[in-house]
Amino acid sequence: MIQEFKKIWKQYAIGMLWLLGLLWPLLGIHPDGTLTFQKTFTVWLYILAGTLVCLFVYVANQGGQLRFITTPVDGVKKSISLFVKPFPRWVWFVVIFVLAVIYPQITGRYATDVAINVLLYICLGLGLNVVVGLAGMLDLGYIAFYGVGAYTYAVLNVTYGVGFWFCLPLAAVFATIAGCIVGYPTLRMRGDYLAIVTLGFGEIVRIVLNNWMELTNGPNGILGVKPVSILIPVFENGFSFEIFWVKKLQFFYYFALALAILVIIGVHRLNYSRIGRAWESIREDETAAELMGVNTFIYKLLAYAMGAFFAGLAGAFFAARMRFVSPESFTFLESAMVLCMVVLGGMGSIPGIMLGVVALIALPEVLRDFESYRMLIFGATMIIMMLFRPAGLIPAQRVGKRSEEKE
Amino acid sequence: MSAEPILELRNVHSGYGTIKALKGVSLKVYPGEVVAIIGANGAGKSTTLMTICGIIAAEKGEVLYDGKKINKVSPEKLPIKGLCQVPEGRRIFPRLSVEENLILGAFHRKDQEGINKDIEYMYSLFPILGERCKQHGGTLSGGEQQMLAIARALMTQPKVLLLDEPSLGLAPIIIQQIFDIIKDINEKNGTTILLVEQNANLALQAATRGYVLETGEITLEDKADALLHNPEIRKAYLGE
Repeated sequence: MIQEFKKIWKQYAIGMLWLLGLLWPLLGIHPDGTLTFQKTFTVWLYILAGTLVCLFVYVANQGGQLRFITTPVDGVKKSISLFVKPFPRWVWFVVIFVLAVIYPQITGRYATDVAINVLLYICLGLGLNVVVGLAGMLDLGYIAFYGVGAYTYAVLNVTYGVGFWFCLPLAAVFATIAGCIVGYPTLRMRGDYLAIVTLGFGEIVRIVLNNWMELTNGPNGILGVKPVSILIPVFENGFSFEIFWVKKLQFFYYFALALAILVIIGVHRLNYSRIGRAWESIREDETAAELMGVNTFIYKLLAYAMGAFFAGLAGAFFAARMRFVSPESFTFLESAMVLCMVVLGGMGSIPGIMLGVVALIALPEVLRDFESYRMLIFGATMIIMMLFRPAGLIPAQRVGKRSEEKE
Repeated sequence: MSAEPILELRNVHSGYGTIKALKGVSLKVYPGEVVAIIGANGAGKSTTLMTICGIIAAEKGEVLYDGKKINKVSPEKLPIKGLCQVPEGRRIFPRLSVEENLILGAFHRKDQEGINKDIEYMYSLFPILGERCKQHGGTLSGGEQQMLAIARALMTQPKVLLLDEPSLGLAPIIIQQIFDIIKDINEKNGTTILLVEQNANLALQAATRGYVLETGEITLEDKADALLHNPEIRKAYLGE
């Protein structure tokens, strides 16, 4: 154990000194110009103590000193997996579905709000997954399509009074068209260049939304977007329909849930289709895919359009929930956030992305108590995650599973 | 030998921007033949194949396949017509399984039964691929990857198979094995093969006819046997 510790203590010491150097300007320099060292040092000592304990546990585990703990834990794990195995997969789907349905009944308004956010981001993440995870094109301006979807509903609703259900497909269509417009000239590019162009496109959309006063009301945004409405049959005085506005968050949650389920099924079907296979071949080797008869241009454009389609759907729901849209919701940071969810969860893996979304939306909410440190902890968590699980929380296992299924 | 060539290049020029790699290449491949193009590094061998497939556009000249000009045909349409290339450096799909690589070879085909049958046929042709059918393509050894690349191309049911340096980076024993299979495919299926090789000895032994490519131009064309015994060729390419 001491031997192993010797190997890493130097790096550890350098790391901690570097952290001290970083912490001091953060905590030691005050706005009135005074410099202190006390607070930095105490915080640093806490971190030192914490990491030291982690390090000792890690080293001890590597050296096998913790066998008296790990062996029973492994045993428990094994018995759990043995217990779980007999249930087929659909049982879990049903369990998750039932939990999702009763969720707003057992939790409060705030938790439901967070859950709606999670559901919308699942749609976004899965849409981006089509572009990044399957077709392998880095898209840094993805949120623009979300914006196009949201603004389509907001503008049509506020200016022309068009209802939600009519606007929903329109929002998706407009987003898809926007996807094709960017896709057509840019998809000849590969890798880094494509990333930069999509980044530019995202910014163009935001700036247009910000400056086109007549249509989008500029930075003030569009107020008074109507919520989702449904027609309920009424049997008093004969038979007629009555418009029911879904203003209550609980009801809206179910609509978002339905959307998310549709998107999950859609992406799953795409993933295992001929189209999905073509996308994966393009991701792996574009020239080889072309030589094998895959029309790379059409399939890349299709990936882009499909990604935009899902984002457009989510965008319309976003506008209906917030009942207000402004360009501020569609900044680059949002694009980066969605990309993080996809990468953190595991590119190409649907359950992985769902978990990634939950982690990235729920974690900042849970950490709200820590106030100003929460983004720091958030960032650190992501770095650690990427160090220990570079392929994501639940890595995509498509290849293995497909082949095993045949047996 | 039938009179009409199945693949013909007429005075083809192409290159990468200002760099001219091919300066008027003309060659003919007749059905059922194995034709070898030999030449040193940078002679334009791979460029020739890439130009035939349309990955690099020909600046001048004509590429004819089955009597029709295919200069403007986009690359992904060629496998449907029966022209398929095994690219240099294999270029299999590393994170897809062996089986999926093969399925992708049959991308333009709709006959599920025929595809399954062909996959079984590939496994009989390359038994090692059958053993590894669930592995990722990237985890195979170099020779296995080359076999996979050839099998993947065969899945398109090609009439003409273009092979770009199948011996690249492989051990002599594996190279022999692969060339035996190439000959086999030609004899049993009647697939026409256009082979590009640096290993002149092997290529000419397998081929019926050969072309010598030097800095973008065809300098010699003859029966493979004749080339193999040509003293100049022996000096320049066979190290004698």
